[in-house]
Amino acid sequence: MSILINKDTRLLVQGITGNEGLFHTTQMVSYGTNVVAGVTPGKGGEWVLDGKVPVFDSVKLAAEATGANCSVIFVPARFAPDAMFEAADAGIPLIVCITEGVPVQDMMRVRNYLDHKKVRLVGPNCPGMLTPGEAKVGIIPGNIAIPGNVGVVSRSGTLTYEVLYALKLVGMGASTCVGIGGDPINGTNFIDVLEMFEHDPHTEKVVLIGEIGGTDEDKAAEFIASRMTKPVVSFIAGQTAPPGKRMGHAGAIIEGSAGSAADKIKALETAGVKVAKHPEEIPSLLK
Amino acid sequence: MKLHEYQSKTIFAKYGIPIPKGRVAATADEAKQIAEELGGRVVIKSQVLVGGRGKAGGVKVAKDADEAAELAQQILAMTIKGLPVRKVLVDEAAAIATEIYFSITNDRAAKKPVMIASAAGGVDIEEVAATTPEKIIKVHIDPLLGLRDYQSRDIAASIDLPRELWRDFSRIASGLWQAYKETDAELAEINPLVITKDNKLVALDGKMLIDDNSLFRHADLAEIRDVDEEAPAETEARRYGLSFIKLDGNIGCMVNGAGLAMTSMDIVKLFGGEPANFLDIGGGAGADKVAAAMRIILSDPAVQAVLFNIFGGITRCDEVARGILTAMDEVKPKVPMVVRLVGTNAEEGRKLLENASMITAETLADAAQKAVAAAKG
Repeated sequence: MSILINKDTRLLVQGITGNEGLFHTTQMVSYGTNVVAGVTPGKGGEWVLDGKVPVFDSVKLAAEATGANCSVIFVPARFAPDAMFEAADAGIPLIVCITEGVPVQDMMRVRNYLDHKKVRLVGPNCPGMLTPGEAKVGIIPGNIAIPGNVGVVSRSGTLTYEVLYALKLVGMGASTCVGIGGDPINGTNFIDVLEMFEHDPHTEKVVLIGEIGGTDEDKAAEFIASRMTKPVVSFIAGQTAPPGKRMGHAGAIIEGSAGSAADKIKALETAGVKVAKHPEEIPSLLK
Repeated sequence: MKLHEYQSKTIFAKYGIPIPKGRVAATADEAKQIAEELGGRVVIKSQVLVGGRGKAGGVKVAKDADEAAELAQQILAMTIKGLPVRKVLVDEAAAIATEIYFSITNDRAAKKPVMIASAAGGVDIEEVAATTPEKIIKVHIDPLLGLRDYQSRDIAASIDLPRELWRDFSRIASGLWQAYKETDAELAEINPLVITKDNKLVALDGKMLIDDNSLFRHADLAEIRDVDEEAPAETEARRYGLSFIKLDGNIGCMVNGAGLAMTSMDIVKLFGGEPANFLDIGGGAGADKVAAAMRIILSDPAVQAVLFNIFGGITRCDEVARGILTAMDEVKPKVPMVVRLVGTNAEEGRKLLENASMITAETLADAAQKAVAAAKG
């Protein structure tokens, strides 16, 4: 069992004929993900991956023809907002946007529109999701994680890989790993995923990987204290980050003292969460 | 990207927001000439991209052109919070009756733009928010609908603006919203927006932050970025699409992914070292980018050791290894280097670096400890 994606996921790839889109589609298919269609406007009627995956001109056509129930977006930042609107209007209930560098004001429009439509968005600027042994939607390397009972949710990409890999090295596996992305405005936040893990019978423990900036970790701490029965272990990146400087992720900026790693760690510890000093310490805290 | 006051106010004026007459000057002579053109009292304002210019003595009033030249000379010789003053704005002085705070910014929690106003303007707004939060009015704007006129009127009423100024205020609010929206601003701030003694609204000061991710559609704004105000290495890094921030330590860090880059800094510190920088080479970086990153790190004379931490996903470890070899050939570094490659094509990457006399590490903790030890010599 898992959350959001599993072996019944029928995946559509927006931007499938681009470099990244094609490379990662190959990876997702070889992992066993059921990729049913791709979309690249102007290339409808072509096939990719040696005739395995049909390409359509629009999400609507692709969804009608294949019954896709999830879309992953690999288009450049300037086209990504349109791709998200298109997927939502075509009735895709779960949209995962990998694209990095989408302007914030575009994301505010996208998020407010998608909320009206009751569509779930994961990302943007995220590595996507992985349900080990079942499906991979996005770019998380498949071989660094094994199936198991630990739910992982993270704002980061490669840092998440570190954690999955550290778990695998000690024989611990993941139920689902969800990368929610490093942008200040995203589709899915920690609480959304924590709630899903809390209700997923096969997730027994949860790892939450946060970073400086914003207040999502503080809200997660409140949620954990009041609503979660499953144990949560955490790591917060950016303890040495200087205030006011943006650390790569547009969301990772500390203004004044709000959003600092120290504050977040304190909030989580108060909520009963064990916070690791470094990512490789996480497996021992889960035992 | 931060804009200077004079740049922000030029944008405001374009959207119909009244600003004082004035121009920017780089020398005392220019300042004098502008003051002569304006006539009467003028304000000389240092143009540096930090807050607290007034408190630091970087804003002064001159009664005539001669005094303007004198004060401009003084201010142009100043360094405010580490930034040398290179330009001053010479504005006509306003007769101020009331000071208002007025801005639009992104509220990440609400996922909407928020318009913020306060009758307690002219001062540090964070201070007002902390001590007397009831004096701060916030109105969220639906990003799909835009600012509605009734919202502007509500704000005007809430800050007790005289009724005869409501119409002008609405125009300013609408101008500020347009300026914010069309420049992809993260912040468009007027502090203070003043009511003059002859009962007119004027934006005396302006500040804008532009979303770096939006610059692809704002070539005009990207062009006016003041690169004098940032470390040269940061400008260089941006040219290569690297995310780099200079820090005070002696262990250079090159990492893929922002979260992992921050973590690598944290863990260096955890084991008793000090990171010299934050550097994210991004996803899928090729050899060229890696070589540029390495040149930037090694150009810092404080660096005593370099830590490479690469977890290959989209980024391929063999590509990174090739970049490291290219850069080593060019730069001939004298400091020890610790490298950790995991993930996509890590084996191939390690093979390439076999003869490169680098210290290798298995885990993140191992890598950090080795880098800290290497930096101590």
